[in-house]
Amino acid sequence: MPYIAATDADRAAMLLRVGAASVEELFSDIPASARFPKLDLPPPLAEMEAMREIEALAAKNLSASSSAWFLGAGAYYHFIPAVVPALASRGEFLTAYTPYQPEVSQGTLQAIFEYQSMAATLLGVDVLNASHYDGATALAEGLLMAYNAAGKAGAGQREKAIVCADLHPEYKAVIASYLAAYPIRLEEVDLPPESAAALADASTFCVVAPYPGFSGAIGDIGAAAEAAHAAGALLLVQADPIMCGLLKSPGELGADIVAAEGQSLGNPMCFGGPFLGMLGAKASLVRRMPGRLVGQAKDASGRRGFVLTLTAREQHIRREKAISNICSNQGLSMLQACIYLAAMGKTGLREVAELCWNKAHYAASLIAGLPGFAVAPGRFFKEFTVRTPFPAEELARRLPRRGVVPGLPLSRYYPERTHELLVCVTEMCTRAQIELLARSLEEASR
Amino acid sequence: MKIDPDCRYRSSHEYARKDGGEIVVGISDHAQEALGDIVFVELAEAGKTVAQGDAIGVVESVKAASDIYAPVSGKVTAVNPALQGDPSLVNKDCYGSGWLLRIAPSAAGEWAGLMDAGAYEKEIGKE
Amino acid sequence: MNLKEEPLLFELSSPGRVGASLPLCDVPAAPVPPELARDGLALPELDELGVVRHFTRLSQKNFSIDTQFYPLGSCTMKYNPKVNEQAASLPGWRNAHPLSGEEFNQGALELIHSLQEQLCEIGGFAAGSLQPAAGAQGELAGVLVMRAYHESRGDSKRRLVLVPDSAHGTNPATCTMAGYQAKTIPSDAEGGVDMAALAAALDETVAGIMITNPNTLGLFDRNIEAISRAVHGAGGLVYGDGANMNALAGVLRPAEVGIDVMHYNLHKTFSTPHGGGGPGAGFVGVRADLAGFLPGPIVARAEGAYALLMPARSIGRMKSFYGNFGILVRAYVYLRMLGAPGLRRVAETAVLNANYLKCLVEGAYKVKYPRRCMHEFVAQGDLAEGVHTLDVAKRLIDYGFHPPTIYFPLIVPEALMIEPTETESKETLDEFAAVLIRIAVEARERPELLHAAPTTTPVGRLDEVAAARNPTLCYRS
Repeated sequence: MPYIAATDADRAAMLLRVGAASVEELFSDIPASARFPKLDLPPPLAEMEAMREIEALAAKNLSASSSAWFLGAGAYYHFIPAVVPALASRGEFLTAYTPYQPEVSQGTLQAIFEYQSMAATLLGVDVLNASHYDGATALAEGLLMAYNAAGKAGAGQREKAIVCADLHPEYKAVIASYLAAYPIRLEEVDLPPESAAALADASTFCVVAPYPGFSGAIGDIGAAAEAAHAAGALLLVQADPIMCGLLKSPGELGADIVAAEGQSLGNPMCFGGPFLGMLGAKASLVRRMPGRLVGQAKDASGRRGFVLTLTAREQHIRREKAISNICSNQGLSMLQACIYLAAMGKTGLREVAELCWNKAHYAASLIAGLPGFAVAPGRFFKEFTVRTPFPAEELARRLPRRGVVPGLPLSRYYPERTHELLVCVTEMCTRAQIELLARSLEEASR
Repeated sequence: MKIDPDCRYRSSHEYARKDGGEIVVGISDHAQEALGDIVFVELAEAGKTVAQGDAIGVVESVKAASDIYAPVSGKVTAVNPALQGDPSLVNKDCYGSGWLLRIAPSAAGEWAGLMDAGAYEKEIGKE
Repeated sequence: MNLKEEPLLFELSSPGRVGASLPLCDVPAAPVPPELARDGLALPELDELGVVRHFTRLSQKNFSIDTQFYPLGSCTMKYNPKVNEQAASLPGWRNAHPLSGEEFNQGALELIHSLQEQLCEIGGFAAGSLQPAAGAQGELAGVLVMRAYHESRGDSKRRLVLVPDSAHGTNPATCTMAGYQAKTIPSDAEGGVDMAALAAALDETVAGIMITNPNTLGLFDRNIEAISRAVHGAGGLVYGDGANMNALAGVLRPAEVGIDVMHYNLHKTFSTPHGGGGPGAGFVGVRADLAGFLPGPIVARAEGAYALLMPARSIGRMKSFYGNFGILVRAYVYLRMLGAPGLRRVAETAVLNANYLKCLVEGAYKVKYPRRCMHEFVAQGDLAEGVHTLDVAKRLIDYGFHPPTIYFPLIVPEALMIEPTETESKETLDEFAAVLIRIAVEARERPELLHAAPTTTPVGRLDEVAAARNPTLCYRS
C-alpha cells in the first residue's frame, strides 16, 4: 500500500524492539470475541481504478458550467480566479493543522488575520472570527451569541428572538436544531426586517433579519436596527457578502452581529459543502463570540507575528462553560475566500457585484415582460422571485434538458407555493444566456 | 506565596476581607499564581444581588479561565474599575489594588463559615 | 522555512492595481439607488503576481505534513493522499449545485450513500448520517439524538451526561449545547474509567456517557463492555467519541462492545486534509432503534435511484445541504483504495509505530501509564528543574519536527501526547526519538537552549499575554 512506509523487515525490527511476537498481540486489550471482524467492504482499488470510478460518478451530476445557470438559493455559481485553487492547494496550507504552535504556523495565522480584516471591512463589523461551518451555523451561533450577550446575561432575562420568515428555510431548520435545548422562544414573523423589528419588546433579546431575504428582497436594515435597539434588543443580520461589495454593509446600517455565507467568495458549490460561515460583530461583543480568533503579537525581539487569542472563550479551556463546542474552522474555505478577496481587491469585488446587479435587473426586466409571468415588486440584488403561469417545478424538470437551469421552484421548500420560481443571476451569466432563459420560459408557457 | 491573615477564604480560592460594613472580594495569591498572567476580568455589575456561592465573574489568563464565586450573600456595591484597563493588577497585588468587587453582606453568619488563613493554608497544601 | 517578514496585504496594496480580470458588462446598466449604495470598500489592491508571491511566501512559513513529521496526539496527522485532492477537484463535483434536483445529482448521492454504508459497516452501526460538518458537530448531533431518544420515551428526568476527566473539551461543551450538564468521572490507576465512580454516578438522572476509546492516554479501556452494561442498566446510552478511531477501524466494531451512538472524524481516520484548521467532516452512526433520530437528510436507495431522505423523527439539520461534500469525496476515495484489508493494516501499523516510538523514548521521558498503548501515548516533559513541556515542544521545532500535543490530557501534568500515525517510516521515528533523547540531555546540561527555542523560525515565542490584554484582531492603518 502506497501510504504505509513500513516494510516487512521494518515491522519485524519494530516488533522485536517492542517485545511483541506479532502485531495482533498489541491488540490484546480488545475483547477477543469482537477483535478483527470480517468487514463487508468493496475490494480495494488501485489509484487509477479509484479515479476511474470517481470520474464516472462525478460525470453523473449536472454541472453549472455546461448550462445557462440561474439557480442560487444559498449556493452560488460565481467566478473563481485560477489563483485561488492554485494557491490554496499548496501542501503547506492544505496539510497543516490548526495553528496552535504559532512559530511554525505564521502562514496560516497571517492569512486568517488578513481574512478577518478584509471580511470585517466588507461586512462593516469591528471583529470577525476565523469562520464557522457554513452560513446557517454561523447564524445559529450568532443567535446563541446574542442570547449570551443580551438574553441570559441581560437584566430582564430576555428569552425571545424575532426571526424574519424570509430567511433561507434550511437556515431556519438549523437554528431550530441548534436551539433545541435552550430556553429561547423563536417568534417567526412574515414581515420585512423594519416591520419585524418594530415588534421587539422588553422580552426580546434579538431580531434576526436577512439582507437580502431568501426571496431576494432587500429590506430596510437601518430602520430595523433603530427599532431593535429602541427595545434594547440586538440586531443580527444574515448577509450576502458579494452584495456588500456594492451596497451598504449591514454593520454600517447598524447591525450588532452579522452572519454570512462566504461560499460566493472563491469557493465552488461542490454539492453544498464545504462552505464558509462568516460571523462578525461590534467590538463590544467580542468576548461573547464563539470560534477561533487571531490577533497580532510581538516576539521578544519585536518582530510582528500572529497568534490564536482570547482562547479562554473556547471549549479546550472552558469545557462545559465554553460559548460553543466548535473546535475546527473552515480553514481551507476561509483561505480561498482570503485569496479571492486579495485577488479581486477593492475594484474587482465591486465589479463582480455590479455585474450581478445589472444582469439580474436585465433578466428581471425581460421576464417581467413575458405574458403570464410577474416579478415580485421591491428591491433585490442578484436574486428575485418570479410568479409563473404554471407550476415552476415543471420548468425545473424540463428546461435543464435544453441547457437552462431556470432557478429554484419554491415548492421544494413550501409545497403550497407551486407557481413561484427563485431566479439567480450572477456575473457568470452572459446576455445570450439571460435571453435564452427568457425565451425558454416563454416557449414553455406556450 | 502569600496568605493574607486578615482575610477569610473559600476552597475555590476567593478571599473575603472586612472593610467598614462591606466585604472586599478577590482571588488569593495562590489562585493568581496558578492562573498565570491575567488577561481579562469580567465581573457582575454593581447593584446586583448575589447569594453565597453564585458565580459573580470570570478571571481569564491565556491558558485558563476561572469562575469567581461569591464568598458571602449580599449586594454588589462596587467593582474595581482599574481592572478593565490593567488586569495584571490581580497578579501584582491581589490583596490590594487587584481586588475584584465589594459586597454589602446580607447574612451575617456566613463570614464565620469561611476558612481562616490557617485553614486555607492547609486546604491548598492538599492540592 | 521562509524567515523573512511578509507584509500584510494591506501594506502591499497600491491604488489602481487589479488582480482579477472580469468581462465588460454586456447588458444595460441598472442604476443603484443612492441610499442603498456603499461609499467605499477599503480592500487591498494587488496585481495577480503580487497575490501569488504573497500567499506562496506565507505558505512557506508553515509546518505541514507534506514537509514535516507532525506527531500531534489525538489529531491523527497522517499523510493526505494527493489522489484525494484530484478526485475532489473534478468539475462534476465542483460545479454540482445542491438544489438542482435528485435526478440531476445521482453521482453525488450515490457517493454519499456508499460512504454512509461503508462507515456503518466499519463501526457496526445500523444507520448513519454524513450531515455533521466536523467532529464537534457530530458530537452535538449524537448527543441531540440521545436527548431525542429519551424524550421519545417520555423520560424527562435525565439531565446529566457523564464525561471522563480525560475527555476532549468538546465533550463537556457539547453536553451544555445539548441541554445537559456534564458530570466528570475520574480515571482509575490504569487510565480507564473508574468503575466505582461510574457505579456511584449512575441513576435515573443520567442520559448517558461520552467515552473516547482508546482514551486520550492512548489506552484501550478494557472495561468497555462492563461500562456499556452498567450505563444501559441505568437506562442511559453510550456515546462513542471517534477521535481515536484510527486505532480501531478494521480491528473492532464499536457497536459490538455496546456503543450506541458514535461519530468519526473523516479528517483524522479517513485521511482528509486538516487545512490549517478545517474543514472537517463528521459521520454519526447509531444502533437500529436510534436511526429515526439521525440528523438529515441522509441518502436512501429506492427503485434503482438515490434519494434524499429525512429520518422520521430526525433531530433536524445540522447545517445547510448535505454535509461537507468535498471532504466526503476525499474520504470515499481513501476508503475505496484501502478496503477492509487496508483499513486493518492502517490500524495495525499505527499501533505498532506508537508502541515502537514509546519504547524508544520511555527511558528518557516519563510515561505515566507504561502498559502497551494503542495509536498514541502520553509522555511528560518536566525533564529538569525549570524545564517544562512547552520548552521541549519549542526545542523540537528547532530540530525540524512539529511538537506533539501538549498539556493534554489535563489529567497528566506536563503532558506530551504523541501520535505518529501509520504513514511515518521507521527512519522518521528513529530520528524523532533520537532528537527527543538529545533534548532530554540538553534539558539537564544546557537548559538555556530549550528556553530560547525556537530560534529557527520566522518569529520567536510570541507575547500571547499582551496580545490577549489588548487584542488587535484586524488590520488598522
